[in-house]
Amino acid sequence: MQLIEEQLRGLILQSLAGDAAAYRIFLDELMKHLRSYLRRRLGGLPEELEDLLQELLLAVHNKRHTYDPKQPLTAWVQAIARYKLVDLLRHRSRRDVLTDSLDEDDQVFATTANDAAEAQYDVAKLLLGLPDRQRLPILYVKIEGASVTDTAVRTGMSKSAVKVGIHRGLKALAQRIRRIG
Amino acid sequence: MKTEDLVSSLSTAVEPVDLRLPSRRWLVALSGGASIAFLLTAALLKLNPALLHEASEPMFWVRECYCAVLGTLGFVAVVRLARPGSQLGVAPMGIPVTVIATWILAAATLVVASQQNRARLILGHTAGVCPFLIALIATPLLISLLWVMRSLAPTRLRWAGAASGFTAGSIGALVYSLHCPELAAPFFAIWYLLGMLIPTAIGAWLGPRLLRW
Repeated sequence: MQLIEEQLRGLILQSLAGDAAAYRIFLDELMKHLRSYLRRRLGGLPEELEDLLQELLLAVHNKRHTYDPKQPLTAWVQAIARYKLVDLLRHRSRRDVLTDSLDEDDQVFATTANDAAEAQYDVAKLLLGLPDRQRLPILYVKIEGASVTDTAVRTGMSKSAVKVGIHRGLKALAQRIRRIG
Repeated sequence: MKTEDLVSSLSTAVEPVDLRLPSRRWLVALSGGASIAFLLTAALLKLNPALLHEASEPMFWVRECYCAVLGTLGFVAVVRLARPGSQLGVAPMGIPVTVIATWILAAATLVVASQQNRARLILGHTAGVCPFLIALIATPLLISLLWVMRSLAPTRLRWAGAASGFTAGSIGALVYSLHCPELAAPFFAIWYLLGMLIPTAIGAWLGPRLLRW
């Protein structure tokens, strides 16, 4: 730990003075440490992991002017990583609920699902008007928070059918809400 | 994009970073915010005509020190909360200590005062407006401090916002005192503190909303 601290601290001080080669080594080392930090914290999720890793590296890069040479570098990085990770996971889980499988039509969900006024509509009643193949996936995934895989098992539908059901169902709901509103 | 590619692109064209940048920004925020607060006080409220005369009274300086000490301690917390991984340390504990010390002073003043004087010592002539005017005068400081806070890297957003608000409130109170004719310890122990706590609450509310990065 002491060794890592001395090495990284020396490197970032050179980098902040404008040494690109030192910065390259610094980021490389940091990448390795952060990757194993994320792996310990999150277990699997290889796709997410590289995403988060890049976000953390960017955060360190963007906030490098807040490093105080009098403070331990490891404590500074640790605090950034922890803050960013909590923030990203919180944000991401919220965004996932909204944007799961909506590659084709972002707009519909962004407007319907974000709109606070939507909470006023009796979603349960509107849901009853949908066919089962749309209603159940929305109920399980969006309202109960189950995963797509679990929902597929529970409903006996394929995973992609679940996603399509959510997609079309939300679209239909959006139309109905718009008609009411 | 692969992470390795990100690292290469970040490390090309590295500009030197000025490590005194945060301190310089804080200085600008403080002096700029305080100057606007002073102009607001002078233009909207008028400076106290008896200011020079009152400056010879000890209680005047007790009041000024009270605001200045709280502002300094709050500012220490602000600077530390803006840096990831830095410890808050013991300095912020001075804030409750200072507040309690003035309460003791206020209580002592009330104990020795005669019955009919007590209400006047607590309420003065301006108790009804004092906290709100302090909050008003503190607003430019609150904005400038939150502005700089945003450009740095707070990791406890609510605390960072609250500390910015408290610092703005204390320095705002110091500026406001150039207008305020009240010198009784019970008065400023209560109403000045309330005035400082309004921007503190606003800052705590704004922190998680404005300071996310």
